[in-house]
This record gives sequence, C-alpha cells and structure tokens, in this order.
Amino acid sequence: MEEIASLFHGFAVVLEPFNLVLMLIGITLGVLIGVLPGLGGANGVAILLPLTFSMPPTSAIIMLSCIYWGALFGGAITSILFNIPGEPWSVATTFDGHPMAQQGRAGEALTAAFTSSFVGAFIAVVVITFLAPLIAGFALQFGPPEFFAVQFLTFCSFVGMGRGNAFKTIAAMTLGFALACVGLDTVTGQLRMTFGTTELLRGFDFLIAVIGLFGIGEILLSMEEGLSFKGGAAKLNPTVVWQTWKKLPQFWVTSLRSAAIGCWMGITPGGATPASFMSYGIAKRVSRNGDRFGKGEIEGVVAPETAAHAAGTSALLPMITLGIPGSPTAAVLLGGLLIWGLQPGPLLFVEQKDFVWGLIASMYLGNVAGLLIVLTCVPLFAAILRIPFSIIAPVIVVICAVGAYTVHNAAFDIALMLVFGVIGYAFKKLDYPLSPLVLALVLGDMAESAFRQSMLLSGGSLSVFWSNWLVASIMSLGLALLLWPLVSWAKGMLQRTVPAPGTGA
Amino acid sequence: MNVAKLRLFRRLTAVAGVAVAAAIATSSAFAAWEPTKQITIVVPAGTGGGADQMARFIQGVVSKHNLADKPIVVINKAGAAGAEGFLDVKSSPGDAHKLIITLSNLFTTPLASGVPFSWRDLTPVAMLALDEFVLWVNAESPYKTAKEYLTAVGNGQPGEFKMGGTGSKQEDQIITVALQKVAGKPFTYVPYKGGGDVAVQLVGNHVHSTVNNPIEAVAHWRAGKLRPLCVFDEQRMPYKDKMTDTMSWNDIPTCKESGVDVSYLMLRGIFMPAGVKQEHVDYYVELFKKVRATPDWKEYMEKGAYNQTFMTGDEYRKWVENAEKLHYELMKEAGFLAKTN
Repeated sequence: MEEIASLFHGFAVVLEPFNLVLMLIGITLGVLIGVLPGLGGANGVAILLPLTFSMPPTSAIIMLSCIYWGALFGGAITSILFNIPGEPWSVATTFDGHPMAQQGRAGEALTAAFTSSFVGAFIAVVVITFLAPLIAGFALQFGPPEFFAVQFLTFCSFVGMGRGNAFKTIAAMTLGFALACVGLDTVTGQLRMTFGTTELLRGFDFLIAVIGLFGIGEILLSMEEGLSFKGGAAKLNPTVVWQTWKKLPQFWVTSLRSAAIGCWMGITPGGATPASFMSYGIAKRVSRNGDRFGKGEIEGVVAPETAAHAAGTSALLPMITLGIPGSPTAAVLLGGLLIWGLQPGPLLFVEQKDFVWGLIASMYLGNVAGLLIVLTCVPLFAAILRIPFSIIAPVIVVICAVGAYTVHNAAFDIALMLVFGVIGYAFKKLDYPLSPLVLALVLGDMAESAFRQSMLLSGGSLSVFWSNWLVASIMSLGLALLLWPLVSWAKGMLQRTVPAPGTGA
Repeated sequence: MNVAKLRLFRRLTAVAGVAVAAAIATSSAFAAWEPTKQITIVVPAGTGGGADQMARFIQGVVSKHNLADKPIVVINKAGAAGAEGFLDVKSSPGDAHKLIITLSNLFTTPLASGVPFSWRDLTPVAMLALDEFVLWVNAESPYKTAKEYLTAVGNGQPGEFKMGGTGSKQEDQIITVALQKVAGKPFTYVPYKGGGDVAVQLVGNHVHSTVNNPIEAVAHWRAGKLRPLCVFDEQRMPYKDKMTDTMSWNDIPTCKESGVDVSYLMLRGIFMPAGVKQEHVDYYVELFKKVRATPDWKEYMEKGAYNQTFMTGDEYRKWVENAEKLHYELMKEAGFLAKTN
C-alpha cells in the first residue's frame, strides 16, 4: 500500500496553511469563472498562470487545479437556473435541470448536480490514486480510428433521443455539422465556407452558439410568455439539501455507470463534454424513467454531471503521465508545468513525488471544500430566481455578451450570439430540437479530423474501424445503439398492428 | 537600383543612429518612451502550445522581476492557423502597446491559405530564439540513424511509412517533404492538432516517425519510449546535461552529419504593428534583453533545448526576409501554395 503512504504525505503537503488558503481562493474563483459563460476554466487558469510564477510549483498547481474544480461545479448553476450552460460540459445538465427549476425545484436540481459532481470526481480520484500506473498506458492505444469510434459512440448514444419528428432532428443535426465545417480544415490546411470574411476564419465556436441558442433564446421565450421566470415563486427551503440527499441513493446505478463513462472518456482522452452527452444519452435509454427525461427528471441531472466531473478529474491523469491534455484546461495546466520547470511525462511520478501526490491530495480536499462551499450557497442561488425578471434579464444578457466576447476577444461574436439567440427562439417555436445541433457542432469537427486521419492511415479503407478488438468493440457498440431506436420502432409498429388498448405513444 | 540602394543605406544609417541613441538613452535614463497602458501579447495559436507558453512565460518573468511598469496581457487568436491573430495586429497600425509572438505560421499560413498578410505588414522587434526540430522514431523500431531510417523508407512502398505532424502545410509537413526528397519515396503525412498529441501517437506506434520540437518529446525520450535520430540544424544543440542515462541533447547528431542534408529552424520572434515609432521598438528590444538576462529565461531555454540566437534591427529584418523566401521556395516545391482564384 505504497499509494496510501504517498497519499498521506500528499495530504500533509496540502494541509499547510498557505496551501489551504490558496485552495479556498481557487475554489471560489473557479465557481465564479464557471458561472460566467464563456470565461471557461481554460481561460481562467491561463489568465492566472503567470501569477503563480513566483510560488512553489505544488502550491501553484493546488490553486490552479482548484480553480478547475470550482469551474466544474459552477458550470451547473446557470444551466439549471437560466438554461445557460456556463461551460460546454453543462449543456446536457440543462436538459432536465432547467425544467426542474421551472417547476420550482431549482434547489433540488442544484443539490443533485453538485452532489453528483462530487461523486463523479471522487470516484475518478480514487481511480487515479490506485490505478494510475495501470491505466496510464491505456491512452496510448488510442489512434485516430479509436478516437473516431468514441465520437461515433457518443453520437449514437444520443441520436433518436429527441421526441418528435425524426426529420426535424436530422435537419438540426445537419445544420450543426455544416456550422462545424466553417473555418480552417486541419487536414488540407484550406479555408472552408469563410466567403472571404476575416470574422468567419475562426469558425463557429461551440460556446458562443450555446450561449446564444440556450441563453438568449430562453430570454426571448420568457419575454413572450409574460416577463417572469417560471418557478420563481417556489418557497425557499433551507432543508432542500437534506431532502434531495434522501432521494439520491436510489440512482446509484446511474451514478456508477456515469462515473465509469466519465473516467473512461477522461483517460482516453475524449473530454468532459462528450462524456456528459454520452452519459445522458445512455441513461435515457436504460432508465425506467427514460420517457420522462427532458421534463425535469432528477436522474437526468445526475447522469451528465457525474460523468462530466469524473471526466474532468481523470483528464489530469494523461496530462501528468503522458503530457497529453484531456481537456482545454488541462492543456493550460500542462503549459504551467513546463513554466514551473516540471516535465510532465512518465517520470513525473518518480521524480516529483511531492508535486504529484500534493496534486492528488488536493483533488480530494479541493472537491470536499468545493462541495461544502456550493452546497451552503444552494438556497442563495435558488433565490436568484425570485429577483424580478426585468432586473435579472438585462444582467443575464450582459453576462452572455461578456461571455461570448471572452471566448475569442472578438466583438463580432456578440452579434453572432444574438443571431444564435434568434435561431434558438425560432427552433423552440417551430419545435425543432436544439440538442442535435449542439452535439453536431461540438463533435463534428473532432469526428471529422479523426475520420480523415484514419482514412489517411488506412489508405482509404473502412476496415481500419474493425482492425483491432478495441476499436471494433467501440464501433459495434455504437452501431448497436444506433439501431436501437429502429428496433423499438419496429416493435412499436408490430404492437400497433395488434390493437392493444392503453399504449399511448 | 540607385534609389533602392540609397534607401537601404539611409535605413542602415538610421538604424545605426537609433541604436546609438538607444544606448545613450538607457545609460542616462532620460525621457525614453514608456508604455502608458497594459501591453498585449497576441498569440496566433491556441493555449498550451509552444508560442503560448513562451508568451505566458515572458509575462511571468516580467512581473516577477518587475521589468515593466505596465502589466502584460496574453490573448490567443488562433483562428485559421493563426491568421486571426496576424490580421488583428495588421489592422491596428501604430498601436505601441500590441506585440505578436510568431511561429512559422507567419510565413506558412498566408502562403497555404491565401489569407492576405505578411511580415511586411508588421514591424520586426526581436528574435527571441529559434526552435529546433528533431527526427524521432519509436524506441522499439530498429532504426538507429537517420540514414538507416530513410533508406528503409526508400526501399518501402510509397506512403508505407507514416509521419505524424502538427497541422497541415506547416513546418512539420515542410520538413517531411524535404525528407521524402532524400528518401526517394513519399511518406503518408498525418496531421494532428498539437505537438503533444503527435508525440503520444508515436509512442503508441500509430505513426512511424515525427519531427517534434525537443520540448514536445523530451519526456517520452527520457522514459525510454522514443529515440532521436538527428536534429535539423547546422550545428548540434549545445546542451550537455545528460537527459537519459547515456545521451544529452548534444549527443544527437545533425541530420547533415548523418547524411541527410535537411535543416530547418522555427522562428520564435516578436513583431509589432506597422507604423510604430522607433522609440517604441527600442523600448521592447531593451525589455526583451532584460528578460533574456534573467536566470529563469536561461533555464527555460535549456529545458526546451532552444537555439538561443538573438537578433534585432536590420539583422533580424534580413533574417525574416530570407526565411520568407525560403518558405516560399519550399512550399512552392511541395505544391502547398494556395491557388489564387
């Protein structure tokens, strides 16, 4: 049990007063950064990185990683309250979290989100602590075909989720893919669909689209429906945390499955955003309450949040052991390691024990501290909904605009956000689903480069996707999930031909 | 001809004059120009890459040693292989508080994508360093020298050997094209998003070789997963500290030594917008000299095994001009130039 001894040594490092203070500062800053859409963990950490230059590396990484944990927690708050994902990985949290808030259950949704985040992170840290040397090499198995297979699987687990018209789903998805194509093509180095404008060079950023589609679109809808937030009138309940906790244990299967998906996606590294979508999609398929997902199901908050936080946490493992970042924030932290004079890679565990185990210990303590901070604030956050719409709506619009600007420091993006807002409003009015568009936008780019890299490697043969057990099993799983709706549809058709009373759609 | 010569002469004397003036100004510390608001460093690449690291490192060193009165802010404008960042600086002429840190995309992006900008739209300030490129193979592969490896490539099927690299039609692929000219058979070039990914793909045996920068691959080298074959420079790297049990950076032969006459270095330089005054440029040249004098910078250079050439003024301008010509030639030969219509 060498790990236990090292871990306790790590705790001793973290529990120095200076480091504890930095940890609390980091968490608080992180929650703020997570709440502000656009100012993601990556930006926040990058901005603060030079400040840490004169600190010992261990203290620096403790503070910066705590910002990261804080941002993971904070992303859920605006998703649930205002349908504005503070971070890309909290998009899936809006699907059920926001309806819950509209029903006056904001406190419950927030508690579920924070608690699941904590559970996901905790499981991931345990995995890192005890299995790090074993699984570190797993990411090496992943070449382009494997990455494509993972993205394919994410996609398949999500397709056919939307209730309603399949053609509308396809239309929304195609629009998402088209938007993902704009900008520089990484494989040929050519510009696509920029029409000679400089502003389109950077393509359509996922975050800006999401802030517009969800945030501004939602405000437009609320304006139409009577200038007030639904759910604002709910009574404040100081014991909401305790009451929600009593409900959560029944979802233990969902939690474990989501944590497993998250850890896997973090380590490979696939990222927290696909993890949250995949976990939500699979939970909807598997859960008994699957049909009610999207209408305010607590399980629909538990699944994506657990997976996102598990992925976000385990993303640090490939960063430390291989020097490949599992998320944009991890990429910035990686730059930090080099600036502090540490070389990420297989030798870090051997040469920099203090640093590595200090970091791991700070994951445990940082998440506990983060959970305590955000849970105490749950009634406070929920009370925001009681502020009159006419006061809070302009504030939200301003925050959205600031967020859209921060992503690329470009004023054009604010206009773009407004356009996406109108699109989001139109989609809602015409009953087109937004999630396929968003998913296509976030995955389209990655899936395309992985697919074309695979084609380069295989000389154009599709058999590369079945060339070894790993890629073959992921692809087959994806295909199975893709065909699932067909199967259930066929089943439905069969049942309908036999007149069966009481089978409502 | 005569006019051009005269102009060059004038410029030279002007530069010389200013250099003297700058020396006087710093020694007697009177009314030299100082920034009046925060200084922005634009990074035409994403967060976490080599240019981004260097910019943020400079930001950290400057604030740690209190080298400038105003703070430095680093912003990333990575769109379209950096074109976004260069266009941003191009469109703010005369702005004395804006700097851009370049990589080779200063030359490759406009040539490959046709986006209209060149270094002539900018004011050269200083070359901070040159980044080396090393030919790497997996440590399990049988190839011990660059010659052996390229002979194997030459004897194989066209496209049988896979080269991983960062981006398309950028420095990594330019070197690859030069290598396949030596080998006589083409590589299959697979573009990835970042240098760290590329190194891991090589460790995982998904490609046969890479031309990673030292800092991108050093961790895997030290862990015994990768083998450096040669460095694409005229001289060996000067760093003699042992990185593995047996080798230092200095022990890696140049590609020329091992019979593969290819060399390539990447500019890590600073530019300003066009139309700034000479006193502005002088201020930043002095600032970077101070940065370079810190022990932190020296350690940083050693960690990344950089080529520490420092240039300013006309010498730097000449270097950039030559580099542009070289890139044009290389990319024309490789067929990477954008079709302009």
